[in-house]
Amino acid sequence: MTETTRKTGVSRRTLLKGTASLAGLAAGSGAITGFPYVKSADAKVLRYLGTAVNEGDDISKQCFKDTGIKIEYITATTDDVTKRVMTQPNSFDVLDTEYFSLRKLVPSGNILALDARKIKEFGNITPVFTKGETPGGKKIGGQGTAPWKVLYLEGKDSKKFATSATEFVTLIPTVYNADTLGIRPDLIKRPISSWSELLNPEFKGKASILNIPSIGIMDAAMVVEATGKHKYADKGNMTKEEIDLTMKVMTEAKKAGQFRAFWKDFNESVNLMASGETVIQSMWSPAVTKVRSMGIPCTFQPLKEGYRSWASGFCVSKGVSGAKLEWAYEFVNWFLSGYAGAYLNRQGYYSAVLSTAKAHMEPYEWAYWMEGKPAEKDIKAPDGSLLEKAGAVRDGGSYEDRMGAVACWNAVMDENDYMVRKWNEFIAA
Amino acid sequence: MDTSEDILQQASPDLIRGSDTARAAKAARLSPSFISWLQAGPMMLVFLVFFLIPLVFVVIVSFWDYNEYQLLPAFSGRGYTDTFEGCIAQLPDLCTIGRTYLKTLKLCFLVWAITLFIGFWVAYFLAFHVKSKTWQMGLSLLCTIPFWTSNVIRMIAWIPLLGRNGLVNSGLMKTGLINHPVEWLLFSEFSVVLALVHLFTFFMVVPIFNSMVRIDKSLIEAAYDAGATGFQTLVNVIIPLAKPGIVIGSIFVITIVMGDFITIGVMGGQQIAAAGKIIETRVNALQFPAAAANAVILLAITFLIITMMSRIVDIKKEL
Repeated sequence: MTETTRKTGVSRRTLLKGTASLAGLAAGSGAITGFPYVKSADAKVLRYLGTAVNEGDDISKQCFKDTGIKIEYITATTDDVTKRVMTQPNSFDVLDTEYFSLRKLVPSGNILALDARKIKEFGNITPVFTKGETPGGKKIGGQGTAPWKVLYLEGKDSKKFATSATEFVTLIPTVYNADTLGIRPDLIKRPISSWSELLNPEFKGKASILNIPSIGIMDAAMVVEATGKHKYADKGNMTKEEIDLTMKVMTEAKKAGQFRAFWKDFNESVNLMASGETVIQSMWSPAVTKVRSMGIPCTFQPLKEGYRSWASGFCVSKGVSGAKLEWAYEFVNWFLSGYAGAYLNRQGYYSAVLSTAKAHMEPYEWAYWMEGKPAEKDIKAPDGSLLEKAGAVRDGGSYEDRMGAVACWNAVMDENDYMVRKWNEFIAA
Repeated sequence: MDTSEDILQQASPDLIRGSDTARAAKAARLSPSFISWLQAGPMMLVFLVFFLIPLVFVVIVSFWDYNEYQLLPAFSGRGYTDTFEGCIAQLPDLCTIGRTYLKTLKLCFLVWAITLFIGFWVAYFLAFHVKSKTWQMGLSLLCTIPFWTSNVIRMIAWIPLLGRNGLVNSGLMKTGLINHPVEWLLFSEFSVVLALVHLFTFFMVVPIFNSMVRIDKSLIEAAYDAGATGFQTLVNVIIPLAKPGIVIGSIFVITIVMGDFITIGVMGGQQIAAAGKIIETRVNALQFPAAAANAVILLAITFLIITMMSRIVDIKKEL
């Protein structure tokens, strides 16, 4: 290079400028991985891509206070988060996503395997994730994309999930919950104990299901199995025949006018339930809480067939390296250190490391949310608003009871493409 | 033809005397056709970069293959064959895509007919009965009220009005007209058409109004003087002259409704199929080639409708 420059007569200064900017460009684009990092006076900033579930202002403020890391939230829907990882992998640093999307994300090669040894509390992560059982030893249903099936990779750059524990972790778990049907007890006026009630003609024109195909079909499968029409080998990985059967049952119900509407968005589900348009529907825990905080009775009804569970956590973009990667580890470690866990527990979710969250909660809060005991005092949300009066008991009871009764996990099926087509057919029916 | 040179030389002896100056002047004076290309250039460039090139990509991608997490750039008709799956096997029943388009076209026709009717009379009123320019302006602005709120708010606002326990139902029950709440007011084709008409009548009003104000008032006076009735004037003078506005408004409404999936989704309780909805579901499942194939089909059908409409009225000629 110097040879040519001497010939063409480019001055030493311009050459230096040129190479410097080129090197800067290469370092910036992440093309040179082993490039020595130049310490800058810039603030520690991480771009955090995720759904709104974990993205509290309180969490980012507390994180900045404790670690000096500034979190920039990039909020999108579950589908859009996945889309963004596929199409713009350099547009984020830390990714907050669900385990089931790993079956799409890992083969794309856009996320970085994390080193379990660098996660301080990794050994304290609840056995729900590592072994598929509750701390009390109850076995958890593993149908669908259960976290322990996709938690480890075979090697640093591997695209294959390991069957036993390795040090390469796909997604460090943070938050999870067990989902079921929400009901309006004041309008139904009788006990509900089975998923099959969703298709009970008694609730004709007053039922709803969510219109996210991969999750909606799982709820539909819970219903079909509860009615005794079919027993699935794996609700989260159906055969084409099983998909046909499930959609046939749902299509008949739709044609008979069973469903008032399908919902896709948190607020839609709250509106449907609060306005009395529906009295029974698939729902998420905080949506039930929101309806209740409006003064309208709503129950997150435990059912005998069990819950459909989901779990999410953090992974890091492949483009992150050097000091930024260290901040990412620092951030994940901070997230598991208790403040955020307690915050999530108070919203009705569960935190991945129970011991640190417990240390950040009042004993009466822990007793209500985690042990299923009647509230000693009024239960308040993280923002201070009243959720439950003293004496109330959490729907479904304790952590052991709820997580122990999980039947299946949100999933991406092998026949996903076929399922999506069938779902469109169902909507058009 | 050899005489042309002579004529030129006679007409402009400058050419022979000072050919250098003439050439310079000629270079500085751009030909009129070049100027019009230059004027149209920026728009053409924008159109090319932001519409034509992406469109070409969509068509190309629609013939690609895909798996769970990536596009496979190999030729495949899968996006199309999957879309028309069962269309022959299920005869005489309609397949998914057939049913979806039938429903979309039905909604589109209803919305078009109603917005045209309402839009025409609103524009008529504004153009012929409101005399002052200020009032015309003010009243046109009133038509934009549905756009003042966001899509989400607008949708949610219908529930307290049309819902099971909403204003309309409780009003009807109080008057004793009905005993049970009417269910078809919300999450039905009725509510979809209502919401779309509420939103898009404005797109009819503006172009029709624009055509109507340009009608020479003396033509109407002439029709009156010649003894035409009000109805005859309307049919033989006003409607033919407002045709370009009607067609432009129709194109607006039809293209928007054909591609809509948000309003149809929310007002139809996500239970009514729409051509746009299929594309959305496919995109969300990361099946881009299938989504692209559906987009190409939707584009082709919409284009067909618009071509048929411009056959009826030659917009270029009328403008």
